[in-house]
Amino acid sequence: MYKYKTNDLILRTTTSLIAFILLGFAVYLLLAGHNSPGGGFVGGLMTSGAILLMNMAYGFETVKKVLPINFVKLIPIGLAVAAATGAGSFLFKQPFLSHTFGYFHIPIFGEVELATAMLFDIGVYLTVVGVMMTIILTIANDKD
Amino acid sequence: MSNLAVLPIIIPLISAIILIFFHRKVKLSRVLTKLFSLISLGTAGYITWYVLENGTIILNTGDWIAPYGIILVMDGLAAILVLTTNVIATACAFYAPYAGLEKREIYYFYPFFFFLITGVSGAFITGDLFNLFVFFEVLLMASYGLIVLGGGKVQLRESLKYLLINLFSSMLFVTAVAFLYAVVGTVNMAQIAERVQEVEQQGIITTIGILLFFVFATKAALFPLYYWLPKSYIVPNPVISALFGALLTKVGIYSILRTFSLIFIHKTDLTHDMFIWIAGLSMIFGVIGALSTSNIKLIIAYNIIPAIGFIILGIGVLNPDGISGSIYYLIHDMIIKTALFLLVGVIASVAGTSDLRKMGGLIHYYPSLGWLLFLSGAVLAGLPPFSGFIGKLLLLKGAFEEGEIAIVIIGLLTSLLILYSIVKIFINGFWGDKEAMTHIEKKPINGLLTPIVSLLALSVLLGVGAELFYPHIESIATYLLDPEIYIDSVLKE
Repeated sequence: MYKYKTNDLILRTTTSLIAFILLGFAVYLLLAGHNSPGGGFVGGLMTSGAILLMNMAYGFETVKKVLPINFVKLIPIGLAVAAATGAGSFLFKQPFLSHTFGYFHIPIFGEVELATAMLFDIGVYLTVVGVMMTIILTIANDKD
Repeated sequence: MSNLAVLPIIIPLISAIILIFFHRKVKLSRVLTKLFSLISLGTAGYITWYVLENGTIILNTGDWIAPYGIILVMDGLAAILVLTTNVIATACAFYAPYAGLEKREIYYFYPFFFFLITGVSGAFITGDLFNLFVFFEVLLMASYGLIVLGGGKVQLRESLKYLLINLFSSMLFVTAVAFLYAVVGTVNMAQIAERVQEVEQQGIITTIGILLFFVFATKAALFPLYYWLPKSYIVPNPVISALFGALLTKVGIYSILRTFSLIFIHKTDLTHDMFIWIAGLSMIFGVIGALSTSNIKLIIAYNIIPAIGFIILGIGVLNPDGISGSIYYLIHDMIIKTALFLLVGVIASVAGTSDLRKMGGLIHYYPSLGWLLFLSGAVLAGLPPFSGFIGKLLLLKGAFEEGEIAIVIIGLLTSLLILYSIVKIFINGFWGDKEAMTHIEKKPINGLLTPIVSLLALSVLLGVGAELFYPHIESIATYLLDPEIYIDSVLKE
């Protein structure tokens, strides 16, 4: 261990910038999954990569203050979203996991195709972020 | 509505998700677990009734018709196995609060439990080979979590072995599916069966079939591949052992039954004759293991192996009697193994040891426990009025019809030795002087006994009321022996 306090000025400054870009890219990957490479899994991994980078540069306590999220709880939330998307087709008398889509007019973006597969992808995304962060933080915070 | 077929998967899945949120509230978790398992049992019961009345339910998930989408096939066999799974799950859910899990319950015991049921039900229902692999992984992941729960030293050692062997066989599974996909170009079981039939199962397909058999044989603990099972099944809590002993190996044997009665049926002189020999060797080696030890948990764990041997014997002979015997024995064995694992859990807990040499005279303290063990020994060995008898009778009759006299003799001798291995527990543990166990203090065990008594009652009913159940099982056997019905119902509805 270092006896003196290190000054990670360069690391921290670049992290602020890079983590922001990484998070943006993660959201892009999540949304792009339908028509180009990407999707919930890789988006989730990218997000956890960004959070991990912040964790390395600023330490666990700071990140916890910035992102007050219980990552363990993200796993069941993600699973619930995915399961609910699948079971939602019951309401419309369709077979399990049937997906549908529609065109909606959203301000700024204009005509947008929205699919229920997106909701499933968000479930995957949340689960992946939850699992990755739980694994990393459990190992990283092992005091013994 | 066709969505009925997915309910046995989705109900435990949602239960598991809900229970993760309440993992710290043990009392609430217990109540919810009992409630959810009863709901699941009720649904499974309704589905079984529906399937037996109206025939197979086919669900094309996502509204993609077979063979392009994943299909779920809830036929008679899948339905009764899902029902049996839910019966066992309910018994375990009612046993778990008293099983001495206190400190482990908050570490997601109940979610893991429901994920295990999800995986098992999914594996029974699916009609797609790769989906079967995925559900195998779901149940294995949950079982990894359960086997190491508590983190004892022995558990850590045995779970490492368990994990390595299962990881290896899963890799072999993926490889075998890849080979099969390269040859026939599909993973939908009905379409594989159709295409294998067209080329009359040439050499390479038989090779892949045997490769798949080795995968499932590892999961099911058949003769040369059972070495990982006994020790790793006795280290977790009794309720977890019961779930493992009742469900995990049976999914492997179900997969063998499904693939070798549907897909690889054109070279029976090679594959199915091999099964008969493996059945004989599994019986002999399993029962030798059961007789070799004085650890009561190990005796029950070793008893899984001859039971799997009996079931594969029926698949090997592949005639109506053999297959219906296999199905009957499969259901009987799932129920009675749960009861026995739970029972030895109680015995080990009240005696404070699982070593037979340190026990004696328990009947003076716990008479009901002793007679329950005696009864379940009789059921397991197949004494006439009970359920083990009818399964074995059908199996041996099926083997006799095929002229396999040697295996019939091995089967009968094995039954005798199985009875001896259970009676050994009864004689050494329960008979004897009252003074042998003076240090034990009487514990209340009524909560623990209720699920066991219910399971045994069901088991006795399965034997005594055989006239009620046998026609259904016979019709399932004729259905399994004619793969055309399965293929037609999936592909050309």
